[in-house]
Amino acid sequence: MAELSVNIGELRLKNPVMTASGTFGYGIEYADFLDISSLGGIVVKGTTLEHREGNPYPRMAETPAGMLNAVGLQNKGADYFAKTIYPKIKDIRTPMIVNVSGSSVESYVKCAEIIASLDNIPGIELNISCPNVKEGGMAFGVSCAGAAEVVREVRKVYPKTLIVKLSPNVTDIAEIAQAVEAEGADSISLINTVLGMAIDAEKRRPILSTVTGGLSGPCVKPIALRMVWQVYQAVKIPIIGMGGISNWKDAVEFILAGSTAIQIGTYNFIDPTISAKVITGINEYLDRKGFKSVQELIGALEIG
Amino acid sequence: MLDLEVTGNLRLHPNYCLLILTAAEPLPDMLPGQFVEVKVEHSSTTFLRRPISINYIDREKNELWLLIQLIGDGTRRMAEYQTGDFINLLLPLGNSFTTDIPGGKGQRLLLIGGGVGTAPLLYLGEVLKKSGYQPEFLLGARSQGDVLQLEDFNKIGPVHITTEDGSLGEKGYVTNHSILRNAEYNRIYTCGPKPMMVAVAKYAAENTIPCEASLENTMACGFGACLCCVEDTQDGNLCVCTEGPIFNTEKLKWLN
Repeated sequence: MAELSVNIGELRLKNPVMTASGTFGYGIEYADFLDISSLGGIVVKGTTLEHREGNPYPRMAETPAGMLNAVGLQNKGADYFAKTIYPKIKDIRTPMIVNVSGSSVESYVKCAEIIASLDNIPGIELNISCPNVKEGGMAFGVSCAGAAEVVREVRKVYPKTLIVKLSPNVTDIAEIAQAVEAEGADSISLINTVLGMAIDAEKRRPILSTVTGGLSGPCVKPIALRMVWQVYQAVKIPIIGMGGISNWKDAVEFILAGSTAIQIGTYNFIDPTISAKVITGINEYLDRKGFKSVQELIGALEIG
Repeated sequence: MLDLEVTGNLRLHPNYCLLILTAAEPLPDMLPGQFVEVKVEHSSTTFLRRPISINYIDREKNELWLLIQLIGDGTRRMAEYQTGDFINLLLPLGNSFTTDIPGGKGQRLLLIGGGVGTAPLLYLGEVLKKSGYQPEFLLGARSQGDVLQLEDFNKIGPVHITTEDGSLGEKGYVTNHSILRNAEYNRIYTCGPKPMMVAVAKYAAENTIPCEASLENTMACGFGACLCCVEDTQDGNLCVCTEGPIFNTEKLKWLN
């Protein structure tokens, strides 16, 4: 049994396997399928300052080895989260991270302040990369100046672990990562979904109500791996890698590319127990390869 | 999450198959209107599970029946499953039709299905009958050959039929059937293509009959995590997989 624990900012994760925002509800949706406290951490559904109804149906299109979504951050707002959802999840014995999104710098800051007041939420994941909302979201994450501004302002009011989730829909992800690190982010998670589109040829119409949406699943894995590797060369803070992970081997690949922890997203829909299987698989791999700790594996890709 | 064994896969029609599944252990309790999510192996274009409504539960034989319309690669793959294969399912999912009905056992209940939407009505009818009600069925199809499981429905209660080409029963759509003009019903249950269910909901509203409809919005997870399958209701966007698939049609915005 290898040592599986890793550190992200001030968080100590019992293992590097987390679940990704928007794919794992508030954790409790999965309690029938697995022991959710066995996970390294859970990132709950994207939360905004105000209630959001999300985008109109249809919001999803299946693709080969993946899916497009255009949910649009449907949630009942930060106050509702604090009053109604937080009491139900605060005693889950794994770090519960809240994904925070906004439509303006001010709304990110106010939302982060509300979440900061919740004792058992040890960190937030700042979502500057949602492709499915008209204002804000990805708009902040596609320029160094925008990303830096929102991280700077949130950092002023948020003393706990601050993870920033990056968009892959940029020309140079390394420079965005550096901008975010320079403003005091504790960790970077990537990638959010890849902007995509699906068309119904028979109806000559887009499948999604929003025309475009975010692509996720195994089809994006090579893009995600490449970006994790690029960011690993560019920053010193720990990286949480994600994008199409659907088994332990994918997870190991992300760690070799430079991830300290990983998140499992879309594949939770296909196998709601996958995160537990990935923990077991990583452990067996480490034992088989003679590693004493998963930390020895981080960025241990051998090139040349 | 369970691995169930295929004990039969009957091709009822070129476009439909009846998949019969069992397990060594007793199957969990399942209610009429609930659904399962089937993992489809060996289909390169099928990534997500396929949500399929529960067609019938045979408690004595410990069988779960799934009636499947062959629409895309995933459902065509399911038609190829053979006896002895194991398939992985999430079950049971969603809410259920109302089977404990205020107002007593003598009420007239009409179960209206169209196409493969007749699937959940078989189990619903069976449960209603066992509870002491006398359900009636109104089944619509394109043509005689598309009227599925007629013998099974006949065992439960009276069956009224419409076909679009008039090859069986009355010609036209279910909402044109004379039974809707000549009889008074206390409650309607419906499942089928959305235009049909909207027409049924409209008939129910005009005649102040409580009506429940089974929705089939496309979904990714089936258990309330992805928020993809929402229906715009009087209470805002609700997940069909957890708040439904059965909705009282008054709660929907179909008639606006």
